[in-house]
Amino acid sequence: MILFNLLFNKLFLVLPILLTTQFQKEIILTVLPEDVLFCFTILKKHINYKFQLLSSISGVDLLNKTYRFCIAYDIISLLYNIRLRVKIFINEITNIVSLTSIFINSSWWEREIWDLYGIFFENHNDLRRILTDYGFEGHPMRKDFPLCGFTEVRYNESKKRIVSENVQLTQEFRVFSFNISW
Amino acid sequence: MAIAKKKHLIKEIKNFTLNFGPQHPAAHGVLRLVLELEGEVVKKADPHIGLLHRGTEKLIEVKTFLQALPYFDRLDYVSMMAQEHCYSLAVENLLNLKIPKRAQFIRVLFSEITRILNHLLAVGCHAMDVGAMTPFLWLFEEREKLMEFYERVSGARMHSSYIRPGGLSLDLPLGLLDDIFIFCSQFLLRLNELEEMLTSSRIWKERLVDVGIVSSKKAIDWGFSGVMLRGSGIVWDLRKHQPYEIYSEIDFSVPVGNFGDCYDRYLVRVEEMKQSLNIINYCLKNIPTGSIRSDNMKSVAPLRSDMKLMMEAIIHHFKFYTEGYTVPHGETYTSVEAPKGEFGIYLLSSDNNKPYRCKIKAPGFGHLQFFGEMACGHMIADVVTIIGTQDIVFGEIDR
Repeated sequence: MILFNLLFNKLFLVLPILLTTQFQKEIILTVLPEDVLFCFTILKKHINYKFQLLSSISGVDLLNKTYRFCIAYDIISLLYNIRLRVKIFINEITNIVSLTSIFINSSWWEREIWDLYGIFFENHNDLRRILTDYGFEGHPMRKDFPLCGFTEVRYNESKKRIVSENVQLTQEFRVFSFNISW
Repeated sequence: MAIAKKKHLIKEIKNFTLNFGPQHPAAHGVLRLVLELEGEVVKKADPHIGLLHRGTEKLIEVKTFLQALPYFDRLDYVSMMAQEHCYSLAVENLLNLKIPKRAQFIRVLFSEITRILNHLLAVGCHAMDVGAMTPFLWLFEEREKLMEFYERVSGARMHSSYIRPGGLSLDLPLGLLDDIFIFCSQFLLRLNELEEMLTSSRIWKERLVDVGIVSSKKAIDWGFSGVMLRGSGIVWDLRKHQPYEIYSEIDFSVPVGNFGDCYDRYLVRVEEMKQSLNIINYCLKNIPTGSIRSDNMKSVAPLRSDMKLMMEAIIHHFKFYTEGYTVPHGETYTSVEAPKGEFGIYLLSSDNNKPYRCKIKAPGFGHLQFFGEMACGHMIADVVTIIGTQDIVFGEIDR
């Protein structure tokens, strides 16, 4: 950790970092979406950082905020035994650049975010849906997507195939929300 | 005219595209692989996942922190407690909660039991996919014993919800540690039997050696973790390198492979089970007495005994199980060394009783991504070997 603090001070000189936050032992950097490629190239290749392993990419929907989506990249430096999280914030219409040219395994994580959040990644060579069904419409992890979805599938005996229909609930979906904190 | 006729006779050879799964017994669940074959050699493999997608992350967002816990058992349904453990650690991280020593020991004890549980299935099913039926039957007998420990401690054989934010749901029942000790004393023998059957078996080696080689560079590039990373010769174990609970005080070694082929990963798994036995033995010897839950009463359920005597405890109990507890603003990425690799949770809380976002980083998701390249150039029979060695369980990949 001490070693990293030394390197970390210099990180500001090298990278266009907007904000750093620390939560317990976790260090979080916030950068601009257009600086993503540059930042990750430095973080991955530079001998002082060597963040070679991308462990996951997560999307977050911050509904009603100016920048609606947040994308968090979790990277590990095996050499220095440090974890780092790089976050970017984007709004609904901006695209961001795919990281596949730097971290080859970002492919599926980005596909997942595309599928669940509808965030488009430029230069991604295989941006298909991944977790949802073939022919699914919508992006289910968005906060404005209802929990029960819009369609349901069932086997239609007369058509002899699976059909997709609008959801019909016999009982209204109830949310038990208790907002009193104690 | 004659030339044209000859041209007509030359057959056009196209690669054969084959759908492997989703209902293939060796696909370990619902993996659909679109294989492009040239004869018997795989040219391209495209895994289609998501057939078991249940929207766990979405569901967690409408549940309280405690109600979200049982979903973690159901992700990777062969290493249940490891995932509960990760989630509990994440919530504790956000709440800044310290848990008592005894609870930490029990957590580690059961994490390692879970590791054995998982590796027994991984090795057993791998052997069965490759054609050896006997080890599967032997190992499942051992698995049954371990699941009995699960049952005794939580009441459920698999989906236990035993490790909870703030500690554990119950203390150990009487005599359980003695029985775990008896299990441990005979389990090494079972492992030796397994190794007698497989390790030097010519058929087993012919099927596994030099199949699915992952170089150490590839392993890092593709974000591997766990056995997949260690099998390629990289010493990286979160229990050693970023220790949580009491792992820093336990002496155990991290086995690594040399060549990164399926056989090495098999050896790593067997050795890890032996190391887990050491850890279990350490826990059995050194487990302290004391409380099993944090003393922060805001985020921990009241004791049954208190509820018989105190009105406040009953009120607390009611509030705790209906409304839940509020977790302050914050975000954390907490990971544990689950049997399959690094299982991580990216948890965001917004000063509410429900998680704002709970991203589940499943190790298998990253591993399966590399499948196409790993299987490329191998025979179609080796596809099964590679699925087996990746230790794929669809509960966690599809989430």
